[in-house]
Amino acid sequence: MSEATNHGAAAAGDGAAPFEPKIIAYVCNWCTYLGADLAGTNRLEYPANVRIVRLPCTGRIDFNLIVKAFEVGADAVLVSGCHPGDCHYTAGNFHARRRWVLFRRLLEAVGIETQRIHFSWISAAEGRKFQQVVTEITETTRQMGPYRAYRQICEAT
Amino acid sequence: MLEALRQRCRKLLEDKTVQLIIGYGQTAAHDPAFPLFITQPDEVAQLVWNEQCFCNLTKYLLKPEIRALGKPAIILKGCDERALQVLQQESQINRAEIYVLGMVCQGVGRPRAPKCESCDVPVPRWADEVIGTPHAPREDQVERGPQSDLSRSERSTLAPRYAALETFLKKSPEERLAYWKHELSRCIKCYACRAVCPMCYCNRCIVDKNRPIAIDTSPTLKGNFAWHISRAFHLAGRCVGCDECTRACPAGINLRLLNLALAQVGEEEFQFRPGMEPSAQAIIGAYSLTDKEDFIR
Ligand code: SF4
Ligand code: SF4
Repeated sequence: MSEATNHGAAAAGDGAAPFEPKIIAYVCNWCTYLGADLAGTNRLEYPANVRIVRLPCTGRIDFNLIVKAFEVGADAVLVSGCHPGDCHYTAGNFHARRRWVLFRRLLEAVGIETQRIHFSWISAAEGRKFQQVVTEITETTRQMGPYRAYRQICEAT
Repeated sequence: MLEALRQRCRKLLEDKTVQLIIGYGQTAAHDPAFPLFITQPDEVAQLVWNEQCFCNLTKYLLKPEIRALGKPAIILKGCDERALQVLQQESQINRAEIYVLGMVCQGVGRPRAPKCESCDVPVPRWADEVIGTPHAPREDQVERGPQSDLSRSERSTLAPRYAALETFLKKSPEERLAYWKHELSRCIKCYACRAVCPMCYCNRCIVDKNRPIAIDTSPTLKGNFAWHISRAFHLAGRCVGCDECTRACPAGINLRLLNLALAQVGEEEFQFRPGMEPSAQAIIGAYSLTDKEDFIR
């Protein structure tokens, strides 16, 4: 919390409460989820800003879920799964990777801040990488501030 | 050309090669043509062929009520034929059961529709017969091989088909978002864009699913952004750029820009243009070990 106050005040600028980014992480069941679990059992501390949503496979991470995350107030999204070649279902992550290439360009055209959408491969053995990635994302999102632009869209009637 | 077309259609119906003609009709010259379904040889006089023939008729090939009418002959422009190609690739039609009358096309609309400005398929390529004489390609229609390995900026100068998108992308992301907020605030969710699209053939669209609700169905800005992102992306690597969605929209929203964004990345990253090359592997449903991943940690 003390760390948050340091960085938060400037970025938030909307009163007394320091800005704490909300980050939604869509992770695959077989790699990144276990990586996060490993981080936990190894007592590797990472920011509590991340809400983990476990899905069977990166191939199952529907692009609509990314939009949905922003709709419910996320300031950043992490999508993470097994390294190429390690997919529990052989090729789910390859299919996903290709879709992300396309999806990012669509979002660019719409004007959605693609810097708020992060992708990573984190294996079940990479507890430390999970810790690092989540810490980095939390930090950059703090600097970017809340994703007000999309919230305004969602609040318009 | 029109006489030749009517004669051929009469013949096809008379000798029972087909039971149905899917073509264009018109109430008054200069009005947009509408889809016309003909089953009797004597009705061929109602067929028209002119620059008002916008509709991409492939849409009707999948409708059960049309299928029930028997084997169809369909009148297609080169751009519409790309949709036929995608439908075939996606196992939605049996090409052997469809007779294709390809029309040599000089472009639709007055002024010409944006897609016609950079058309590179004025002559249908896989029709059972082509009506009209192929005219020489215009001089500004340089063949742009999708295999070229030019960088993004070099290529875009070569591809007039993305010109509108390139201009739009010169705006800052904030300006782009503001543009879409303004445009999408007019969307009334009539789903006309979906109804005309030949590639939108799901029996149950994701926006119609209500348990659970995947996309907010209300025509609020929130629901409209979700809908338009979804609509465009479900057509990624499949949209043939017929621009029927944009033409059908009663709110005048330029859906074309979103389709172009996906078409461009498809061509740049995967060297693929839907419906252009029957032997090419589709983008979606396939992958390559060497797909770009410089954005993944
Ligand atoms: S999305 Fe629009 S341009 Fe693309 S195939 Fe469908 S109707 Fe045609
Ligand atoms: S046709 Fe236009 S108004 Fe109707 S749902 Fe599509 S974008 Fe919205």
